[in-house]
Amino acid sequence: MSVASAASYAGVDFYQVDSLLTEEERAIRDTVRTWVEENLIPVIGDAYVTGKFPKQLIPGLAELGVLGANLPEEYGCAGLGNVAYGLIMQELERGDSGIRSFASVQGGLVMYPIYAFGSEEQKKYWLPRLAKAEEIGCFGLTEPDFGSNPGGMITTARETKDGWVLNGTKMWITNGSQATVAVVWAKTGAVDDQKSIRGFIVPTNSKGFTGKDQKGKLSLRASDTSELHLEDVHLPKDALLPKSGGLKSPLMCLTQARYGISWGTLGAAMACYDEAVRYSKNRVMFGKPIGATQIQQVRLADMLTEITKAQLLVLQLGRMKDAGTMTPQHVSLAKRNNCNIACDIAREARRLLGANGILAEYHSMRHMANLESVYTYEGTHDMHSLILGQDITGFGAF
Amino acid sequence: MKIAVCLKRVPDTTTKIVVGAGGKSIDEAGVKFVPNPYDEYAVEAAIALKEKAGAGETVVVSLGGDAAQETIRTALAMGIDRGVLLKGDGSADGLEVARVLAAELNGGGYDLILFGKMAVDDYHHAVGVMVGEILGLPVLSSVSALRVEGGTVGGEREIEGGVEVLAAALPAVVTTDKGVNTPRLPSLKGIMAAKKKPLEVKPVSLGAGTMVVTGLSLPPERQAGRIVGEGPDAAAVLAQLLRTEAKVI
Amino acid sequence: MAAILAVTEQRGGSLRKVSLEVVAAARQLADAMGATVDAVVCSSGPVEGVAALGNAGADQVRHASHETFTLYNPDGFAATIASVGGGYAAIVFAATAMGRDLAPRVAAKLGVGCATDVTGLGTEGGAVVVTRPVYAGKAIQQVRLTGATAVLSIRPNTFATGSAAKAGTLQPLAVPAFTARVTVTAVKAPAQASLDVTEAPIVVSGGRGLREPANFKLLEDLAAALGNAAVGASRAVVDAGWREHGAQVGQTGKTVAPSLYVAVGISGAIQHLAGMRTSKVIVAINKDKDAPIFKVADYGIVGDLFEVVPRLTAEVTKLRAE
Repeated sequence: MSVASAASYAGVDFYQVDSLLTEEERAIRDTVRTWVEENLIPVIGDAYVTGKFPKQLIPGLAELGVLGANLPEEYGCAGLGNVAYGLIMQELERGDSGIRSFASVQGGLVMYPIYAFGSEEQKKYWLPRLAKAEEIGCFGLTEPDFGSNPGGMITTARETKDGWVLNGTKMWITNGSQATVAVVWAKTGAVDDQKSIRGFIVPTNSKGFTGKDQKGKLSLRASDTSELHLEDVHLPKDALLPKSGGLKSPLMCLTQARYGISWGTLGAAMACYDEAVRYSKNRVMFGKPIGATQIQQVRLADMLTEITKAQLLVLQLGRMKDAGTMTPQHVSLAKRNNCNIACDIAREARRLLGANGILAEYHSMRHMANLESVYTYEGTHDMHSLILGQDITGFGAF
Repeated sequence: MKIAVCLKRVPDTTTKIVVGAGGKSIDEAGVKFVPNPYDEYAVEAAIALKEKAGAGETVVVSLGGDAAQETIRTALAMGIDRGVLLKGDGSADGLEVARVLAAELNGGGYDLILFGKMAVDDYHHAVGVMVGEILGLPVLSSVSALRVEGGTVGGEREIEGGVEVLAAALPAVVTTDKGVNTPRLPSLKGIMAAKKKPLEVKPVSLGAGTMVVTGLSLPPERQAGRIVGEGPDAAAVLAQLLRTEAKVI
Repeated sequence: MAAILAVTEQRGGSLRKVSLEVVAAARQLADAMGATVDAVVCSSGPVEGVAALGNAGADQVRHASHETFTLYNPDGFAATIASVGGGYAAIVFAATAMGRDLAPRVAAKLGVGCATDVTGLGTEGGAVVVTRPVYAGKAIQQVRLTGATAVLSIRPNTFATGSAAKAGTLQPLAVPAFTARVTVTAVKAPAQASLDVTEAPIVVSGGRGLREPANFKLLEDLAAALGNAAVGASRAVVDAGWREHGAQVGQTGKTVAPSLYVAVGISGAIQHLAGMRTSKVIVAINKDKDAPIFKVADYGIVGDLFEVVPRLTAEVTKLRAE
């Protein structure tokens, strides 16, 4: 155990944000926090260094009920409100962005589209299994040449007399190599017809489907990121998500996931700030704790200020989501801001930790490297700037 | 199988203790309160025993102020069926606490009454045993292994350099130690279900008791020690110091 | 004349060492009150070592003999002590496994409270006053015991035994009728047979720095060289299943106060410090010179434990052979 983690983590709450949460929301947050402290923190450093997703944690996550926790109880989910769901993401990412990504993908990008666009039969079959992690899902939208512009995708789905045939390649797919099922997005019409984009439920043991890990990642090392190849993958008719239609459908999924990321990155920022504060009090240099120097105090004050602002931001975002008044642009602002401040805070925390800060025993540099991915995925910082720019001015500048 | 668990709300074990105004108790400002960790073993035991029996009722009883309701809800979220808050001020005298709990539990038809072996705030190790004495029930205290079958209860208690094997007939009082089980985390569904479970509030008042806290202070800071040296060569110096200066070997 | 009752412990027909501490504590209280000290011992036959109780400060030794008193008999011991306890100004137990079970039983029977784990005691205006650690030793509570009989248990290894040269006259004590509701059917050896950490005058504890369970052999060797030493463990390694729960030192484990505590490869999390900070002498061996354990250690060695510990074992062996 490192100096900085000598006492257990108690979160960050300078503005009494706790008082704005319900008793259940606090209890849920504390439960997930305890789970992370006891199960994830002890193994994450090694998992990251060795580049292995700690899959032994999946049953525990499922038992806790975090997978698709904001979906209804009738499908085997916890039926939580969106603030509680956000707090779960915050606590998971306080541990590691890779674990939060796993949960975001399973819940926001696999369970959510089945819930939103699936038939009743699809929902009844898949959602309870995904909630219990009997099935692991991944989400295939991004392609090697179509990242920020998913509407340009070239993966196709051709209708046959008894079903569908899919062809294409998907990239940067979290959980891809361990998934048992993929939600794959493909065009059923011409290559320039964005309206023909539909979602398909593809068991990964289908003939012609392969998923392989992308190697050499310097970020999200405790998470599987894969490339999916679909070569003449034959699917039955009911593989189609019947209510999906157009680019809007996968973008709705991304709104869900981005919502979770807004909370998650805040958790990573809190972890780094917490580590920096502890270290600044314990580390003695020139005969006094480094926390007694002005330069580190400025660092810490900046971190706390940004965390507090971000906390209030996501809380209101969650209340709007529950009220049904949240727009994708609201989410863009929170995703953009919180990823950005989290990147800055992680880097400053790593610097405050000096040479120790480069060790996996401490958390800040791992978060720092992870957050570069989170800054980039689910709409880069720049793309969210343009979404907001379009919303402000009415001019699309993509 | 009807099982009661007595649960206390205590400061989180990582709390930095600050003596409050009046100098007799801690300053509770900013302190996070949690269920007493030893009581969580008792809660887990109750839930697991009911699950094993396949039928029955589990009840959690707590003495404290309104805030203890949150602690009770934690137990309900773990899986306890209902809660009773004995609303009143605690006492430094464990016997007064035991009397109030015994009055609530008496006649409740419980096969088993469970406690943690002690509370991590006042460190008394007393209330569970005292409740058993008041009710005239067998008490198996500080058990790190527990077995209930066919109307009997067996337990093991760590003693200095050994393990005592205990046996009694039900109904009985058991106080739990670490090792008896691993308390489950409440599931998120459990947390949502807990707010719908019954929680009865009953006002109580405690007697004056025979223990008066006259002060609370922080232990003296240890004098800073010294680094004897670095690496294996320092071992010889250390051994000498332990013998000649510290006189402990 | 007021009298204090000191409840001693025997196992297998031999008086346990902590009994002398209980008598010494009772003597200290008796001297402050101008009282006498009776020691009580419960057993099924003669007890080796009771002759030492006089020297430790007992004026009388009351021997309660019963055929079921070979092992600890919770209800029988409690009934016996309570049958005479009301006549004493105070009853002193040890805060051992037995004392923690027995003291609250006796207190409940007498209708008074019970102060556990007392580290200091005296009198004030005729009442017994005690100090006792609370919040895992992070605070010290002062308590006045106002009952007709003050019931308390003392923390082992805290009260010094001295030479008081009292008579220690052996007297029989009648065992009243009682119902044995709970019985101790056997005493087993612990899974990892060794001295208990709460009793041992020396504790050598290991943490994650040992890297794997097999390396605890290094600490067992050091403990053997020191003699009369127990091997303890941090929460991290107990949770990892490397050591028995009973060996865990810290807030959620055992609180220990040995005369020498050696922390090896333990960083010194606050939870661990809470369980050992009242040790008389603390030694820390750790490769990280910033580890918090060095803040509470009297003596520290910064270095690789895999090199330092075997050297220390050799040095201690050499010194003790002299």
